Amino acid sequence: MTTAPRSSPLRRLADLLTGASGLWILLAAVAAAVVVGSFVQGVEPQRLLSLLVRGVMLGGILALGAIGLSLIFGVLNLPHFAHGELMTLGAYLAFFLVLLLPSGAPLGPFSFGIEFLIAVAVVAPAVGALSYGLDRGVYRPLRARGSAPIYLAMSSLALAFGIRSVVYLVWGADFRFFYPGRARPAFELFAGIRVRPDQLFILGLALVLIVAVYLLLERTKLGKAMRATADNAELARVAGIDTERVVAFTWMLGGSLAAIGGAMYGLDAQMRPEMGWWLLLPLFASVILGTIGNPYGALAGALIIGIVWQVSTAFLNPAYGPGVAFLLMILVLLVRPEGLFGARGKRA
Amino acid sequence: MPVLEVDAATSGYGQMEVVRDLSLRVDEGEIISIIGPNGAGKSTAMKLVFGLLKPWRGSVRFLGEDVGGLAPDKLVRRGMAYVPQVANVFTTLTVEENLEMGAFTLTGPLGERKRRVYELFPRLHERRRQRAGQMSGGERQMVAMGRALMLDPKLLMLDEPSAGLAPLLVDMIFEKIEEVNAAGISVLMVEQNARKSLELAHRGYVLAAGRNELDGPGSVLLDDPKVARLYLGG
Repeated sequence: MTTAPRSSPLRRLADLLTGASGLWILLAAVAAAVVVGSFVQGVEPQRLLSLLVRGVMLGGILALGAIGLSLIFGVLNLPHFAHGELMTLGAYLAFFLVLLLPSGAPLGPFSFGIEFLIAVAVVAPAVGALSYGLDRGVYRPLRARGSAPIYLAMSSLALAFGIRSVVYLVWGADFRFFYPGRARPAFELFAGIRVRPDQLFILGLALVLIVAVYLLLERTKLGKAMRATADNAELARVAGIDTERVVAFTWMLGGSLAAIGGAMYGLDAQMRPEMGWWLLLPLFASVILGTIGNPYGALAGALIIGIVWQVSTAFLNPAYGPGVAFLLMILVLLVRPEGLFGARGKRA
Repeated sequence: MPVLEVDAATSGYGQMEVVRDLSLRVDEGEIISIIGPNGAGKSTAMKLVFGLLKPWRGSVRFLGEDVGGLAPDKLVRRGMAYVPQVANVFTTLTVEENLEMGAFTLTGPLGERKRRVYELFPRLHERRRQRAGQMSGGERQMVAMGRALMLDPKLLMLDEPSAGLAPLLVDMIFEKIEEVNAAGISVLMVEQNARKSLELAHRGYVLAAGRNELDGPGSVLLDDPKVARLYLGG
């Protein structure tokens, strides 16, 4: 008996599956399973296409959270477990302002009036500032003391519970709607794709914000410094980058985007005190799928997770959505822990 | 006035003392090479000078001022630049963006500074839009040095610039160090490649177990039988 040479077909298959292409193969397999599954179960293609569009919208909402989560991890080495709660807080604070402001007529085909847009525009920077305040009050003192990463992670988990408790205290456990009874019915976009006008708005806003974030990260000095610090924080310090300013800016940006994402999620569905908690798992799945610390990877990951989540509802109870995201995250961790855009052997 | 003067400095990590009573001096226009076996505290000495470690005892003076434990971004503003041995480029940033990060503290256009770096490393100009992570080891070392040169430092510190490079590239990098030095920038470097770096250096320091063991002009150290036996493999 001879032992198999290193380049045996089996060996090459294993290399392929654990290489960069392995993850794409995995995703293609998921897509193929969806097509075959819908054929077997008799799901109409129009329904599948509608879910695809909804998935892209959900992916846009997730991306607003995931981009910040990925940058915060890259810059501070902190898995920010309270990030979902920043989304919850953004939604509820916007809800609070909408009730406070005089209620205007619905804008065009949408369910919301101008006061909703004002509320979101006010709440986003407010939550951004609050996030930075949390860093100054909690995370920075821990970092300064040289605490192990696990303590920082656990304190962010404690903050998540804390923020959620405050939301329960102030707004109660009931579902809340921005505009109860005002939801516009879905209409046919084209080719049998059915969406609600609000969902198109959310998709458009997410797109605009993602382009804005892209321009910020690519074209401005501070944006480049954020990418540099997320890439290699030690080298950023050595190169003379004012990392404190980068940290402050990362929290402002991450908090603002999360707040907007939360408000959009509340507009699309409803608000619950634990909504952010349930979004946390898909957020981390997106970040890991797209390589931790890479904001563009987080965007790609969020779109993939959003689509898989939505399309899975053609076969599964929608309540399993976060579970599907979780399953995908586990598969990614098993096949290629460094994600779609990571270098082999760099960070797990 | 010396550019850099370390006087009887002791430092380390946590409770562990790594360099003890370290003294060294870099005069204007000099290339100084620190050699020594693995674990002698060469990299630690560099980190101490660059403010990544605080001196427990003794002092670090840069351009006549005490800078012991001053944060790296402050030292960069004062004219010190440091190229770490590993992970010394931003892999997901382009070559050009890497250079820009070296001049973060400046406001205003960087065109002229970039042009000068590209003049020194024409290869970088060709590949300025490429991500640094996709480049070879030699090219990365050029990116790292280019980044450090963006602010026109008084002192350039290089931690093992030739580590992991093919012999041809080592010669190229050493030539570039000479060119940089010819432009009036003092250089402090740590090297495994003791023979080559002593040939290049004006003076050298031999470190052993965290202490200065010997120092002197590069050519004298090269001829010293003790140095030859211990570090030059001869």
